[in-house]
Amino acid sequence: MSSLLIGQARLWPRRPIPLFLERVSAGFPSPAQDYVEQALDLNELCVKHPAATFFVRVQGDSMIEAGIQPGDILVVDRSIHAVHGDVVIASLDGEFTVKELALRPRVQLLPRNVLYAPIEIPEGMELEVFGVVTNVIRQIRRQR
Amino acid sequence: MSTVFALVDCNNFYASCEKLFRPDLKAVPLVVLSNNDGCVVARSPEAKALGIKMGVPAFQIQSLIEEHGIVVFSSNYALYADMSQRVMTTLEQLAPAVEVYSIDEAFLDLTGVSSAISLAAFGHQVRQTIRDWIGITVCVGIAPTKTLAKLANHAAKQYRATGGVVDLTSPIRQRKLLALVPVSEVWGIGRQLTTRLAALGIHTALELANADPKMIRKAFSVVVERTVRELNGESCLPLEMVPATKKEIVCSRSFGERITTLGAMREAIATYISRAAEKLRGEGQSAKAVTVFLRTSAFNQQEPFYSKSATATLSLPTDDTRDLQAKALALLDQLWRDGFRYAKAGVMLSDFYAPGVYQPGLFDTAIPRANSKTLMRVVDTINHSGLGKVWFAGQGVKKAWSMKRERLSPAYTTRWSEIPHVR
Repeated sequence: MSSLLIGQARLWPRRPIPLFLERVSAGFPSPAQDYVEQALDLNELCVKHPAATFFVRVQGDSMIEAGIQPGDILVVDRSIHAVHGDVVIASLDGEFTVKELALRPRVQLLPRNVLYAPIEIPEGMELEVFGVVTNVIRQIRRQR
Repeated sequence: MSTVFALVDCNNFYASCEKLFRPDLKAVPLVVLSNNDGCVVARSPEAKALGIKMGVPAFQIQSLIEEHGIVVFSSNYALYADMSQRVMTTLEQLAPAVEVYSIDEAFLDLTGVSSAISLAAFGHQVRQTIRDWIGITVCVGIAPTKTLAKLANHAAKQYRATGGVVDLTSPIRQRKLLALVPVSEVWGIGRQLTTRLAALGIHTALELANADPKMIRKAFSVVVERTVRELNGESCLPLEMVPATKKEIVCSRSFGERITTLGAMREAIATYISRAAEKLRGEGQSAKAVTVFLRTSAFNQQEPFYSKSATATLSLPTDDTRDLQAKALALLDQLWRDGFRYAKAGVMLSDFYAPGVYQPGLFDTAIPRANSKTLMRVVDTINHSGLGKVWFAGQGVKKAWSMKRERLSPAYTTRWSEIPHVR
Protein backbone atom coordinates (compact mmCIF):
# COMPACT_ATOMS: atom_id res chain seq x y z
CA MET A 1 0.00 0.00 0.00
CA SER A 2 1.41 3.34 -0.92
CA SER A 3 0.71 6.35 1.17
CA LEU A 4 0.80 9.81 -0.28
CA LEU A 5 1.62 12.38 2.30
CA ILE A 6 -0.12 15.60 1.41
CA GLY A 7 0.78 17.66 4.40
CA GLN A 8 2.73 17.84 7.59
CA ALA A 9 1.54 20.61 9.75
CA ARG A 10 1.19 21.67 13.32
CA LEU A 11 -1.22 24.47 13.84
CA TRP A 12 0.16 27.39 15.79
CA PRO A 13 -2.63 29.90 15.90
CA ARG A 14 -1.52 33.45 16.59
CA ARG A 15 2.16 32.56 16.62
CA PRO A 16 3.73 34.50 13.79
CA ILE A 17 7.22 33.42 12.73
CA PRO A 18 9.31 36.22 11.30
CA LEU A 19 10.95 35.50 7.96
CA PHE A 20 14.51 36.80 7.64
CA LEU A 21 16.24 37.45 4.38
CA GLU A 22 19.75 37.43 5.84
CA ARG A 23 21.73 35.01 7.97
CA VAL A 24 22.20 36.35 11.46
CA SER A 25 25.46 36.11 13.36
CA ALA A 26 25.12 35.56 17.07
CA GLY A 27 26.10 38.16 19.63
CA PHE A 28 25.89 41.07 17.29
CA PRO A 29 22.99 43.48 16.70
CA SER A 30 21.33 41.99 13.69
CA PRO A 31 21.77 44.01 10.53
CA ALA A 32 18.93 41.87 9.16
CA GLN A 33 16.40 43.45 11.50
CA ASP A 34 15.60 46.04 8.87
CA TYR A 35 14.76 43.32 6.41
CA VAL A 36 12.08 41.48 8.37
CA GLU A 37 9.47 41.50 5.69
CA GLN A 38 6.61 39.38 6.86
CA ALA A 39 5.40 37.22 9.72
CA LEU A 40 4.33 33.78 8.58
CA ASP A 41 1.01 32.66 9.89
CA LEU A 42 -0.21 29.13 9.28
CA ASN A 43 -3.79 30.40 9.10
CA GLU A 44 -2.79 32.32 6.01
CA LEU A 45 -1.65 29.08 4.40
CA CYS A 46 -4.52 26.82 5.47
CA VAL A 47 -7.51 29.10 5.95
CA LYS A 48 -8.45 31.20 2.95
CA HIS A 49 -12.02 31.98 4.05
CA PRO A 50 -12.14 32.05 7.88
CA ALA A 51 -15.91 32.61 8.07
CA ALA A 52 -16.54 29.53 5.90
CA THR A 53 -13.87 27.26 7.41
CA PHE A 54 -14.58 24.44 9.85
CA PHE A 55 -12.32 21.81 11.39
CA VAL A 56 -13.21 18.14 11.72
CA ARG A 57 -11.36 15.13 13.11
CA VAL A 58 -10.91 11.91 11.14
CA GLN A 59 -12.10 8.58 12.49
CA GLY A 60 -11.32 5.43 10.54
CA ASP A 61 -8.92 4.56 7.74
CA SER A 62 -11.01 4.83 4.57
CA MET A 63 -8.81 7.62 3.16
CA ILE A 64 -5.30 6.54 4.16
CA GLU A 65 -4.12 6.31 0.56
CA ALA A 66 -4.97 9.98 0.18
CA GLY A 67 -2.73 10.79 3.16
CA ILE A 68 -5.62 11.14 5.56
CA GLN A 69 -5.13 9.07 8.72
CA PRO A 70 -7.25 8.46 11.80
CA GLY A 71 -6.87 11.35 14.25
CA ASP A 72 -5.97 13.91 11.58
CA ILE A 73 -7.65 17.29 11.63
CA LEU A 74 -9.08 18.37 8.30
CA VAL A 75 -9.54 21.97 7.21
CA VAL A 76 -12.94 22.21 5.50
CA ASP A 77 -13.83 25.21 3.35
CA ARG A 78 -17.53 25.60 2.61
CA SER A 79 -17.02 28.52 0.23
CA ILE A 80 -15.40 26.28 -2.41
CA HIS A 81 -17.71 24.69 -4.96
CA ALA A 82 -16.88 20.97 -5.00
CA VAL A 83 -15.70 19.58 -8.34
CA HIS A 84 -14.79 16.10 -9.61
CA GLY A 85 -11.76 14.79 -7.71
CA ASP A 86 -12.12 17.00 -4.62
CA VAL A 87 -11.92 15.41 -1.19
CA VAL A 88 -15.18 16.39 0.50
CA ILE A 89 -17.11 16.03 3.73
CA ALA A 90 -20.54 14.67 2.87
CA SER A 91 -23.44 13.69 5.05
CA LEU A 92 -24.46 10.12 4.39
CA ASP A 93 -27.01 8.12 6.37
CA GLY A 94 -26.99 10.76 9.08
CA GLU A 95 -23.21 10.77 9.45
CA PHE A 96 -20.38 12.96 8.24
CA THR A 97 -17.98 11.10 5.98
CA VAL A 98 -14.76 12.12 4.22
CA LYS A 99 -14.40 10.74 0.69
CA GLU A 100 -13.22 11.69 -2.77
CA LEU A 101 -16.01 13.09 -4.90
CA ALA A 102 -16.44 11.55 -8.35
CA LEU A 103 -18.89 13.19 -10.74
CA ARG A 104 -17.81 11.24 -13.84
CA PRO A 105 -18.98 8.89 -15.24
CA ARG A 106 -21.55 8.94 -12.41
CA VAL A 107 -21.82 10.42 -8.92
CA GLN A 108 -19.86 8.37 -6.40
CA LEU A 109 -18.03 8.83 -3.13
CA LEU A 110 -14.67 7.08 -3.41
CA PRO A 111 -12.81 5.78 -0.37
CA ARG A 112 -9.04 5.83 -0.82
CA ASN A 113 -8.36 2.43 0.67
CA VAL A 114 -8.52 -0.81 -1.35
CA LEU A 115 -10.41 -2.49 1.47
CA TYR A 116 -13.42 -0.20 0.98
CA ALA A 117 -15.90 -0.19 -1.90
CA PRO A 118 -17.02 2.97 -3.70
CA ILE A 119 -20.34 4.40 -2.53
CA GLU A 120 -22.84 4.83 -5.34
CA ILE A 121 -25.15 7.83 -5.19
CA PRO A 122 -28.26 6.77 -7.08
CA GLU A 123 -29.60 9.18 -9.65
CA GLY A 124 -32.26 11.43 -8.17
CA MET A 125 -30.78 11.25 -4.68
CA GLU A 126 -29.32 14.52 -3.54
CA LEU A 127 -25.79 14.23 -2.23
CA GLU A 128 -25.24 16.67 0.59
CA VAL A 129 -21.74 18.06 0.61
CA PHE A 130 -20.81 19.86 3.84
CA GLY A 131 -17.61 21.30 2.44
CA VAL A 132 -14.36 20.75 0.55
CA VAL A 133 -11.26 19.53 2.41
CA THR A 134 -8.32 21.83 1.69
CA ASN A 135 -5.63 20.76 4.21
CA VAL A 136 -4.66 18.01 6.59
CA ILE A 137 -3.21 18.83 9.98
CA ARG A 138 -1.32 16.05 11.71
CA GLN A 139 0.64 15.97 14.90
CA ILE A 140 3.85 14.13 13.91
CA ARG A 141 5.49 14.08 17.30
CA ARG A 142 3.54 12.27 19.92
CA GLN A 143 2.29 14.49 22.72
CA ARG A 144 3.85 13.63 26.05
CA MET B 1 -29.89 59.51 -3.38
CA SER B 2 -32.76 57.74 -1.65
CA THR B 3 -31.80 55.42 1.20
CA VAL B 4 -32.06 51.63 0.98
CA PHE B 5 -31.74 49.29 3.96
CA ALA B 6 -31.86 45.53 4.21
CA LEU B 7 -32.59 43.47 7.29
CA VAL B 8 -30.93 40.06 7.22
CA ASP B 9 -32.37 37.68 9.81
CA CYS B 10 -31.26 34.07 10.37
CA ASN B 11 -34.08 31.51 10.34
CA ASN B 12 -34.50 29.58 13.61
CA PHE B 13 -30.89 30.51 14.34
CA TYR B 14 -30.10 28.41 17.43
CA ALA B 15 -31.95 25.38 16.06
CA SER B 16 -30.18 25.74 12.69
CA CYS B 17 -26.76 25.89 14.39
CA GLU B 18 -27.51 22.66 16.25
CA LYS B 19 -28.74 20.89 13.10
CA LEU B 20 -25.77 21.88 10.97
CA PHE B 21 -23.47 19.55 12.89
CA ARG B 22 -25.98 16.72 13.34
CA PRO B 23 -26.89 15.30 9.92
CA ASP B 24 -28.76 12.55 11.75
CA LEU B 25 -31.26 15.17 12.98
CA LYS B 26 -31.97 16.61 9.52
CA ALA B 27 -35.73 16.03 9.49
CA VAL B 28 -36.21 15.65 13.24
CA PRO B 29 -38.16 18.22 15.32
CA LEU B 30 -35.71 20.06 17.55
CA VAL B 31 -35.99 22.76 20.22
CA VAL B 32 -33.42 24.79 22.15
CA LEU B 33 -34.10 25.76 25.77
CA SER B 34 -33.18 28.98 27.58
CA ASN B 35 -30.87 29.32 30.60
CA ASN B 36 -31.38 26.56 33.14
CA ASP B 37 -33.26 24.58 30.52
CA GLY B 38 -36.37 26.65 31.29
CA CYS B 39 -38.30 27.70 28.19
CA VAL B 40 -38.21 27.04 24.46
CA VAL B 41 -36.18 29.80 22.76
CA ALA B 42 -35.76 28.25 19.30
CA ARG B 43 -37.66 25.71 17.23
CA SER B 44 -36.84 23.88 14.03
CA PRO B 45 -39.55 24.06 11.34
CA GLU B 46 -40.61 20.49 12.28
CA ALA B 47 -41.10 21.55 15.93
CA LYS B 48 -43.10 24.61 14.82
CA ALA B 49 -45.30 22.33 12.76
CA LEU B 50 -46.09 20.35 15.93
CA GLY B 51 -47.55 23.52 17.41
CA ILE B 52 -44.78 24.23 19.93
CA LYS B 53 -44.89 27.91 20.77
CA MET B 54 -41.97 30.22 21.47
CA GLY B 55 -41.34 30.76 25.19
CA VAL B 56 -43.33 27.77 26.43
CA PRO B 57 -41.80 26.18 29.59
CA ALA B 58 -40.11 22.84 28.86
CA PHE B 59 -42.13 20.90 31.43
CA GLN B 60 -45.38 21.86 29.69
CA ILE B 61 -44.36 20.12 26.46
CA GLN B 62 -42.90 17.02 28.10
CA SER B 63 -45.58 14.72 26.67
CA LEU B 64 -45.20 16.19 23.15
CA ILE B 65 -41.42 15.68 23.41
CA GLU B 66 -41.85 12.01 24.23
CA GLU B 67 -44.67 11.40 21.77
CA HIS B 68 -42.91 12.92 18.75
CA GLY B 69 -39.31 12.23 19.68
CA ILE B 70 -38.48 15.93 19.77
CA VAL B 71 -34.76 16.47 20.34
CA VAL B 72 -34.01 19.00 23.07
CA PHE B 73 -30.82 21.06 23.45
CA SER B 74 -29.59 23.47 26.12
CA SER B 75 -28.44 26.87 24.83
CA ASN B 76 -24.87 26.48 23.51
CA TYR B 77 -23.80 30.12 23.53
CA ALA B 78 -20.20 29.38 22.48
CA LEU B 79 -21.50 27.77 19.29
CA TYR B 80 -24.14 30.41 18.52
CA ALA B 81 -21.72 33.30 19.11
CA ASP B 82 -19.14 31.76 16.77
CA MET B 83 -21.70 31.06 14.05
CA SER B 84 -23.11 34.58 14.43
CA GLN B 85 -19.62 36.00 14.05
CA ARG B 86 -19.23 34.05 10.80
CA VAL B 87 -22.55 35.35 9.43
CA MET B 88 -21.71 38.95 10.35
CA THR B 89 -18.19 38.94 8.88
CA THR B 90 -19.56 37.42 5.66
CA LEU B 91 -22.20 40.17 5.48
CA GLU B 92 -19.42 42.72 5.95
CA GLN B 93 -17.70 41.30 2.87
CA LEU B 94 -20.90 41.49 0.82
CA ALA B 95 -22.40 44.85 1.78
CA PRO B 96 -20.96 48.37 1.98
CA ALA B 97 -22.04 48.90 5.61
CA VAL B 98 -23.39 46.58 8.30
CA GLU B 99 -25.02 47.18 11.67
CA VAL B 100 -25.07 44.05 13.82
CA TYR B 101 -28.47 44.37 15.47
CA SER B 102 -28.58 41.13 17.46
CA ILE B 103 -26.96 37.69 17.50
CA ASP B 104 -28.99 36.68 14.42
CA GLU B 105 -29.96 39.96 12.75
CA ALA B 106 -28.11 42.69 10.89
CA PHE B 107 -29.08 45.82 8.99
CA LEU B 108 -27.22 46.53 5.74
CA ASP B 109 -26.99 49.92 4.06
CA LEU B 110 -27.65 49.24 0.39
CA THR B 111 -27.95 52.84 -0.72
CA GLY B 112 -26.63 53.07 -4.28
CA VAL B 113 -26.39 49.30 -4.76
CA SER B 114 -29.33 49.27 -7.20
CA SER B 115 -27.26 51.09 -9.82
CA ALA B 116 -25.06 47.98 -10.05
CA ILE B 117 -27.43 45.08 -9.43
CA SER B 118 -31.16 44.69 -8.82
CA LEU B 119 -31.91 44.76 -5.11
CA ALA B 120 -33.79 41.46 -5.20
CA ALA B 121 -30.87 39.81 -7.02
CA PHE B 122 -28.50 41.20 -4.39
CA GLY B 123 -30.75 39.84 -1.65
CA HIS B 124 -30.72 36.36 -3.19
CA GLN B 125 -26.95 36.55 -3.54
CA VAL B 126 -26.62 37.33 0.19
CA ARG B 127 -28.95 34.47 1.05
CA GLN B 128 -27.13 32.00 -1.18
CA THR B 129 -23.67 32.99 0.10
CA ILE B 130 -24.62 32.68 3.78
CA ARG B 131 -26.21 29.30 3.13
CA ASP B 132 -23.24 27.96 1.13
CA TRP B 133 -20.49 29.33 3.36
CA ILE B 134 -21.96 28.90 6.80
CA GLY B 135 -24.89 26.55 6.36
CA ILE B 136 -27.40 28.94 7.88
CA THR B 137 -30.53 30.07 6.02
CA VAL B 138 -31.44 33.76 6.21
CA CYS B 139 -34.32 35.93 5.04
CA VAL B 140 -33.71 39.35 3.55
CA GLY B 141 -36.10 42.32 3.63
CA ILE B 142 -35.20 45.39 1.58
CA ALA B 143 -36.83 48.83 1.94
CA PRO B 144 -36.11 52.57 2.13
CA THR B 145 -36.28 52.62 5.97
CA LYS B 146 -35.23 50.25 8.74
CA THR B 147 -38.81 49.92 10.00
CA LEU B 148 -40.05 48.93 6.52
CA ALA B 149 -37.06 46.58 6.07
CA LYS B 150 -38.13 44.79 9.26
CA LEU B 151 -41.63 44.35 7.82
CA ALA B 152 -40.24 43.21 4.47
CA ASN B 153 -38.21 40.59 6.34
CA HIS B 154 -41.31 39.50 8.23
CA ALA B 155 -43.04 38.99 4.86
CA ALA B 156 -40.04 37.12 3.44
CA LYS B 157 -40.27 34.71 6.39
CA GLN B 158 -44.02 34.31 6.23
CA TYR B 159 -44.58 33.83 2.51
CA ARG B 160 -42.67 30.94 0.96
CA ALA B 161 -43.25 32.15 -2.59
CA THR B 162 -40.89 35.07 -1.92
CA GLY B 163 -37.90 32.68 -1.86
CA GLY B 164 -36.79 34.38 1.35
CA VAL B 165 -36.20 37.81 -0.20
CA VAL B 166 -38.65 40.73 -0.34
CA ASP B 167 -37.83 43.99 -2.11
CA LEU B 168 -40.18 46.57 -0.63
CA THR B 169 -38.77 49.68 -2.30
CA SER B 170 -41.90 50.29 -4.36
CA PRO B 171 -44.44 52.45 -2.46
CA ILE B 172 -47.34 50.49 -3.97
CA ARG B 173 -46.00 47.21 -2.59
CA GLN B 174 -45.34 48.92 0.76
CA ARG B 175 -49.00 49.94 1.06
CA LYS B 176 -50.21 46.49 0.05
CA LEU B 177 -48.10 44.81 2.73
CA LEU B 178 -48.89 47.40 5.43
CA ALA B 179 -52.60 46.74 4.95
CA LEU B 180 -52.05 43.02 5.67
CA VAL B 181 -49.89 43.41 8.77
CA PRO B 182 -51.31 43.94 12.27
CA VAL B 183 -49.82 46.99 13.97
CA SER B 184 -48.31 44.78 16.68
CA GLU B 185 -45.84 43.41 14.09
CA VAL B 186 -44.37 46.86 13.49
CA TRP B 187 -40.85 47.34 14.90
CA GLY B 188 -41.07 49.10 18.28
CA ILE B 189 -44.82 48.67 18.75
CA GLY B 190 -45.18 46.53 21.86
CA ARG B 191 -48.21 45.13 23.61
CA GLN B 192 -49.07 48.30 25.55
CA LEU B 193 -48.83 50.55 22.50
CA THR B 194 -50.93 48.08 20.50
CA THR B 195 -53.76 48.37 23.05
CA ARG B 196 -53.56 52.17 23.14
CA LEU B 197 -53.47 52.38 19.33
CA ALA B 198 -56.48 50.06 19.10
CA ALA B 199 -58.41 52.55 21.25
CA LEU B 200 -57.76 55.11 18.51
CA GLY B 201 -59.02 52.71 15.86
CA ILE B 202 -55.50 51.85 14.62
CA HIS B 203 -55.23 48.10 14.04
CA THR B 204 -53.09 47.61 10.93
CA ALA B 205 -49.66 48.92 10.03
CA LEU B 206 -51.30 50.89 7.22
CA GLU B 207 -53.64 52.66 9.63
CA LEU B 208 -50.62 53.67 11.70
CA ALA B 209 -48.81 54.88 8.57
CA ASN B 210 -51.86 56.99 7.67
CA ALA B 211 -52.13 58.58 11.11
CA ASP B 212 -51.17 62.22 11.51
CA PRO B 213 -47.54 62.27 12.80
CA LYS B 214 -48.19 65.39 14.91
CA MET B 215 -51.17 63.79 16.59
CA ILE B 216 -49.14 60.63 17.26
CA ARG B 217 -46.35 62.68 18.76
CA LYS B 218 -48.80 64.40 21.08
CA ALA B 219 -50.66 61.23 22.06
CA PHE B 220 -47.58 59.01 22.37
CA SER B 221 -44.00 60.13 21.84
CA VAL B 222 -41.46 61.30 19.33
CA VAL B 223 -40.37 57.67 19.01
CA VAL B 224 -43.77 56.53 17.73
CA GLU B 225 -43.95 59.59 15.46
CA ARG B 226 -40.66 58.45 13.95
CA THR B 227 -42.18 55.00 13.35
CA VAL B 228 -45.05 56.65 11.43
CA ARG B 229 -42.59 58.56 9.26
CA GLU B 230 -40.49 55.44 8.68
CA LEU B 231 -43.61 53.48 7.63
CA ASN B 232 -44.16 56.20 5.00
CA GLY B 233 -40.70 55.69 3.57
CA GLU B 234 -38.99 58.61 5.31
CA SER B 235 -35.76 57.30 6.82
CA CYS B 236 -35.32 58.56 10.40
CA LEU B 237 -33.10 55.82 11.84
CA PRO B 238 -29.61 55.69 10.35
CA LEU B 239 -27.33 52.66 10.41
CA GLU B 240 -25.51 52.50 13.74
CA MET B 241 -22.08 51.18 12.90
CA VAL B 242 -20.36 51.78 16.22
CA PRO B 243 -22.09 50.21 19.20
CA ALA B 244 -22.85 52.86 21.81
CA THR B 245 -20.42 52.88 24.73
CA LYS B 246 -21.91 50.78 27.47
CA LYS B 247 -23.15 52.65 30.50
CA GLU B 248 -23.32 49.61 32.71
CA ILE B 249 -22.47 45.93 32.66
CA VAL B 250 -24.82 43.46 34.27
CA CYS B 251 -24.01 39.85 35.00
CA SER B 252 -26.77 37.82 36.58
CA ARG B 253 -28.14 34.30 36.35
CA SER B 254 -30.86 32.15 37.76
CA PHE B 255 -29.36 29.33 39.78
CA GLY B 256 -29.53 25.68 38.75
CA GLU B 257 -30.38 24.85 42.35
CA ARG B 258 -31.65 27.27 44.99
CA ILE B 259 -28.89 28.77 47.12
CA THR B 260 -29.40 28.67 50.88
CA THR B 261 -25.93 29.27 52.31
CA LEU B 262 -23.87 32.44 52.36
CA GLY B 263 -20.77 30.48 51.29
CA ALA B 264 -22.36 29.32 48.03
CA MET B 265 -23.77 32.79 47.38
CA ARG B 266 -20.32 34.35 47.89
CA GLU B 267 -18.93 31.98 45.25
CA ALA B 268 -21.70 32.95 42.83
CA ILE B 269 -21.26 36.68 43.35
CA ALA B 270 -17.46 36.37 43.09
CA THR B 271 -17.91 34.55 39.77
CA TYR B 272 -20.33 37.10 38.34
CA ILE B 273 -18.13 40.01 39.35
CA SER B 274 -15.10 38.41 37.66
CA ARG B 275 -17.10 37.94 34.48
CA ALA B 276 -18.37 41.53 34.66
CA ALA B 277 -14.83 42.83 35.33
CA GLU B 278 -13.55 40.88 32.33
CA LYS B 279 -16.24 42.46 30.14
CA LEU B 280 -15.36 45.87 31.61
CA ARG B 281 -11.71 45.42 30.61
CA GLY B 282 -12.87 44.27 27.18
CA GLU B 283 -14.61 47.63 26.83
CA GLY B 284 -11.46 49.43 27.96
CA GLN B 285 -13.31 51.10 30.82
CA SER B 286 -13.03 51.41 34.59
CA ALA B 287 -16.02 51.45 36.95
CA LYS B 288 -16.58 53.37 40.14
CA ALA B 289 -19.89 51.86 41.27
CA VAL B 290 -20.79 48.26 42.12
CA THR B 291 -24.33 46.96 42.68
CA VAL B 292 -25.27 43.55 44.05
CA PHE B 293 -28.79 42.13 44.03
CA LEU B 294 -30.38 38.88 45.05
CA ARG B 295 -33.88 37.49 45.29
CA THR B 296 -35.91 34.40 46.00
CA SER B 297 -38.27 32.96 43.40
CA ALA B 298 -41.00 35.38 42.37
CA PHE B 299 -43.26 32.52 41.31
CA ASN B 300 -43.30 30.26 44.33
CA GLN B 301 -46.06 31.55 46.61
CA GLN B 302 -45.37 28.97 49.33
CA GLU B 303 -41.91 30.30 50.17
CA PRO B 304 -41.17 33.61 51.88
CA PHE B 305 -40.12 36.27 49.38
CA TYR B 306 -37.02 38.41 49.72
CA SER B 307 -35.46 40.71 47.16
CA LYS B 308 -32.90 43.39 47.80
CA SER B 309 -30.09 45.28 46.13
CA ALA B 310 -27.33 47.62 47.30
CA THR B 311 -24.78 49.84 45.58
CA ALA B 312 -21.38 51.01 46.78
CA THR B 313 -18.90 53.46 45.32
CA LEU B 314 -15.18 52.82 45.10
CA SER B 315 -12.71 55.56 45.97
CA LEU B 316 -11.14 55.27 42.51
CA PRO B 317 -12.53 53.87 39.25
CA THR B 318 -11.00 50.43 38.70
CA ASP B 319 -11.03 47.44 36.39
CA ASP B 320 -9.18 45.20 38.86
CA THR B 321 -11.21 42.08 39.67
CA ARG B 322 -9.80 42.01 43.22
CA ASP B 323 -11.08 45.49 44.16
CA LEU B 324 -14.47 44.94 42.53
CA GLN B 325 -14.80 41.53 44.14
CA ALA B 326 -13.96 42.84 47.62
CA LYS B 327 -16.60 45.56 47.27
CA ALA B 328 -19.25 43.20 45.91
CA LEU B 329 -18.69 40.63 48.67
CA ALA B 330 -18.92 43.34 51.33
CA LEU B 331 -22.26 44.39 49.81
CA LEU B 332 -23.45 40.79 49.77
CA ASP B 333 -22.67 40.38 53.47
CA GLN B 334 -24.93 43.38 54.15
CA LEU B 335 -27.75 42.06 51.99
CA TRP B 336 -27.65 38.44 53.07
CA ARG B 337 -30.49 37.09 55.22
CA ASP B 338 -30.51 33.48 56.39
CA GLY B 339 -33.59 31.31 55.94
CA PHE B 340 -34.45 32.12 52.33
CA ARG B 341 -34.07 29.97 49.24
CA TYR B 342 -32.41 32.28 46.72
CA ALA B 343 -33.25 31.78 43.04
CA LYS B 344 -31.32 34.56 41.36
CA ALA B 345 -28.52 37.00 42.04
CA GLY B 346 -26.36 39.33 40.05
CA VAL B 347 -23.96 42.23 39.94
CA MET B 348 -23.88 45.48 38.01
CA LEU B 349 -20.93 47.73 37.30
CA SER B 350 -21.65 51.37 36.48
CA ASP B 351 -20.25 54.92 36.56
CA PHE B 352 -17.65 54.20 33.87
CA TYR B 353 -14.49 56.14 33.13
CA ALA B 354 -12.21 55.83 30.13
CA PRO B 355 -8.51 55.46 31.04
CA GLY B 356 -6.95 58.74 32.25
CA VAL B 357 -10.24 60.62 32.47
CA TYR B 358 -10.88 60.41 36.20
CA GLN B 359 -9.63 63.36 38.27
CA PRO B 360 -8.77 62.21 41.80
CA GLY B 361 -9.42 64.62 44.67
CA LEU B 362 -6.46 66.61 45.98
CA PHE B 363 -6.47 64.87 49.35
CA ASP B 364 -7.45 61.39 48.19
CA THR B 365 -5.22 58.81 49.76
CA ALA B 366 -6.31 55.86 47.62
CA ILE B 367 -3.80 54.85 45.01
CA PRO B 368 -4.25 52.17 42.34
CA ARG B 369 -2.64 48.79 43.03
CA ALA B 370 0.78 48.25 41.57
CA ASN B 371 0.93 46.04 38.45
CA SER B 372 -2.86 45.71 38.38
CA LYS B 373 -3.05 46.17 34.59
CA THR B 374 -0.41 43.52 33.94
CA LEU B 375 -1.98 40.97 36.28
CA MET B 376 -5.45 41.44 34.79
CA ARG B 377 -4.05 41.18 31.27
CA VAL B 378 -2.37 37.88 32.16
CA VAL B 379 -5.63 36.55 33.67
CA ASP B 380 -7.66 37.56 30.60
CA THR B 381 -5.08 36.18 28.17
CA ILE B 382 -5.05 32.78 29.87
CA ASN B 383 -8.84 32.64 30.04
CA HIS B 384 -9.28 33.67 26.40
CA SER B 385 -6.64 31.23 25.15
CA GLY B 386 -8.95 28.23 25.50
CA LEU B 387 -6.07 26.31 27.07
CA GLY B 388 -7.12 26.67 30.66
CA LYS B 389 -8.72 28.89 33.24
CA VAL B 390 -7.47 30.84 36.21
CA TRP B 391 -9.81 32.36 38.73
CA PHE B 392 -9.89 33.89 42.17
CA ALA B 393 -10.31 31.43 45.01
CA GLY B 394 -13.47 33.18 46.19
CA GLN B 395 -15.29 31.89 43.10
CA GLY B 396 -15.12 28.35 44.43
CA VAL B 397 -14.24 25.19 42.58
CA LYS B 398 -17.31 22.97 42.43
CA LYS B 399 -20.08 25.45 41.66
CA ALA B 400 -23.09 23.30 42.52
CA TRP B 401 -25.22 26.41 41.99
CA SER B 402 -24.14 26.99 38.40
CA MET B 403 -26.48 27.02 35.42
CA LYS B 404 -28.20 23.79 34.46
CA ARG B 405 -27.34 22.85 30.90
CA GLU B 406 -27.93 19.14 30.80
CA ARG B 407 -28.45 18.83 27.07
CA LEU B 408 -25.55 20.93 25.91
CA SER B 409 -24.11 20.08 22.48
CA PRO B 410 -20.32 20.13 21.89
CA ALA B 411 -18.48 23.39 21.18
CA TYR B 412 -18.06 22.20 17.57
CA THR B 413 -16.28 25.31 16.34
CA THR B 414 -14.48 26.70 19.36
CA ARG B 415 -12.75 23.76 21.08
CA TRP B 416 -10.23 21.43 19.47
CA SER B 417 -11.37 18.57 21.67
CA GLU B 418 -14.99 18.94 20.55
CA ILE B 419 -14.79 19.40 16.77
CA PRO B 420 -17.09 17.13 14.73
CA HIS B 421 -15.89 13.65 13.75
CA VAL B 422 -15.95 12.31 10.19
CA ARG B 423 -15.62 8.70 9.08
